[in-house]
Amino acid sequence: MKILVCISHVPDTTSKINFTDGDTKFDTNGVQFVINPNDEFGLTRAMWFKEKQGANVTVVNVGGAETEPTLRKALAIGADAAIRVNAPATDGFSVAKQLANVVKEGGYDLVIAGRESIDYNGGMVPGMIAGLTNANFINNCIKLDIEGTSATATREIDGGKETVSTSLPLVIGTQKGIVEESDLRIPNMRGIMMARQKPLTVVDPVDTNTETTSVKFEKPAPKGAVKLVSADNLDELIDLLHNEAKVI
Amino acid sequence: MSVLVYTESEQGKLKKVAFEVASYAKAVADQLGTTVTAIAINTNDTSALGNYGVDKVLTVSNSELDTFNAKGYAEAIQQAAEKEASQVVVLSSSANSKYLAPLLAVFLNAGYASNVIAAPSSTAPFTVKRNAFTNKAFENIAISTDVKIVGVSSNAFGLVEASGSATEEAFTPSITDLGVKVESVDKASDKVSIADADIVVSGGRGLKGPENWGMIEELADVLGAATACSKPVSDLGWRPHGEHVGQTGKPVASNLYIAIGISGAIQHLAGVNASKVKVVINSDPEAPFFKAADYGVVGDAFQVVPELIEKLKAFKAQQ
Repeated sequence: MKILVCISHVPDTTSKINFTDGDTKFDTNGVQFVINPNDEFGLTRAMWFKEKQGANVTVVNVGGAETEPTLRKALAIGADAAIRVNAPATDGFSVAKQLANVVKEGGYDLVIAGRESIDYNGGMVPGMIAGLTNANFINNCIKLDIEGTSATATREIDGGKETVSTSLPLVIGTQKGIVEESDLRIPNMRGIMMARQKPLTVVDPVDTNTETTSVKFEKPAPKGAVKLVSADNLDELIDLLHNEAKVI
Repeated sequence: MSVLVYTESEQGKLKKVAFEVASYAKAVADQLGTTVTAIAINTNDTSALGNYGVDKVLTVSNSELDTFNAKGYAEAIQQAAEKEASQVVVLSSSANSKYLAPLLAVFLNAGYASNVIAAPSSTAPFTVKRNAFTNKAFENIAISTDVKIVGVSSNAFGLVEASGSATEEAFTPSITDLGVKVESVDKASDKVSIADADIVVSGGRGLKGPENWGMIEELADVLGAATACSKPVSDLGWRPHGEHVGQTGKPVASNLYIAIGISGAIQHLAGVNASKVKVVINSDPEAPFFKAADYGVVGDAFQVVPELIEKLKAFKAQQ
């Protein structure tokens, strides 16, 4: 089985979010970049398929050379090879088109991508890859087993979960639950050394149109001070929620 | 030309979010000078949609679509959009709509903006404001394709009533191989889901153990709220993953979010920031969540929550 794991290079979850160039660009100054957590959960499941079912795992990212340390980290975690599509990740649809091209060229059976990146939160890349490559698609996937070309998966739905069956080729949108937080792997020295020897191929992008353009960013208005209510006077809290906030 | 809106239902009944997306579609249609067409799949009664600005409802009745299937639903919506020559398709931010939206975008070759919180600021170029960076910023985004898909964030636009009535028209899309089959569904039918809830009651590590969740559930019951929890609580296995809200968990965009024993890590705040009113109950006055909250009670949850439940019961009885 050939698995492709899509890796988004995103600011660490604790990053301060600021913008530059007249609020048109994300300010990367002093920001630590990491593997998108939703992708990392999927990558960790891919390692299970590699170790238990002999799968071959390639990681891919669309971005400039500055994203290569993130791909190297994925190699250090255990992926066999990496591909970087040398194009800026401008919008979800064009990124999905670049990735769909990699999927078609490489003939992957299973494509794993986080259900959304934690920076732009577009939540569209996995589904678009499935649509563009005519593969089956399961979003919010929290469990996946593969036997031959048959797949059984569990997906989170609003208020519960459902079990589905489908077949390869398959794209899954992953999130926490496909593996536990405690299953995530911190690369060890041996993994980091081996990652240096593993192939990281840079490929040219295919031509795409830009469907959506980021025009301007805004930061939320600063929050007013909290209204503190004494623990001995909860009637006041109920009154505020009913008459002032009008939410109960 | 008309704006197409997918109005979701559950077990044949329109969901509340259907009226919110219909209200949004009406606002877009007014800007474009056109009408609103809804597509409703296996829905018993669509007459109420007229009260939110829908002019026509395409009703699809198809037993293959009895359980949700992203591809099948996307195909139905695609064919409705083509039939209506729609330039704008409006969806919600439910898990199902977010699942089908990217497929629909490919089928219609349409640019898609998710988590949109306001009516377009301009229709040429078509520009909308959306949540990004997990609610830490807004992004104004221009969609340049002929057909545009807008996913509206829950509770962001609200319900806008309009006087009118909608005509119904039966619509029979052709559905190809569905590819994914639902084998079983595990869903608590008596509980409100976090996505659908107006009020969410959430507990953190301050509650000391899973055995203390009874009062969280009781408070949620009194308020008709959904229950949620912080990341450490789900990591410790005190509560199921499905209840974890925050940056890597579920997003919350409720009208009222009550956080009990949650200190308010930056990742948690990001995930719940889209909620309109936030109440924090915590024994530590230095908890960072107080800075992000509207109302706060500094006190021991084990005393405050039971008392709050009693007072709310009395308040509800008077209403």
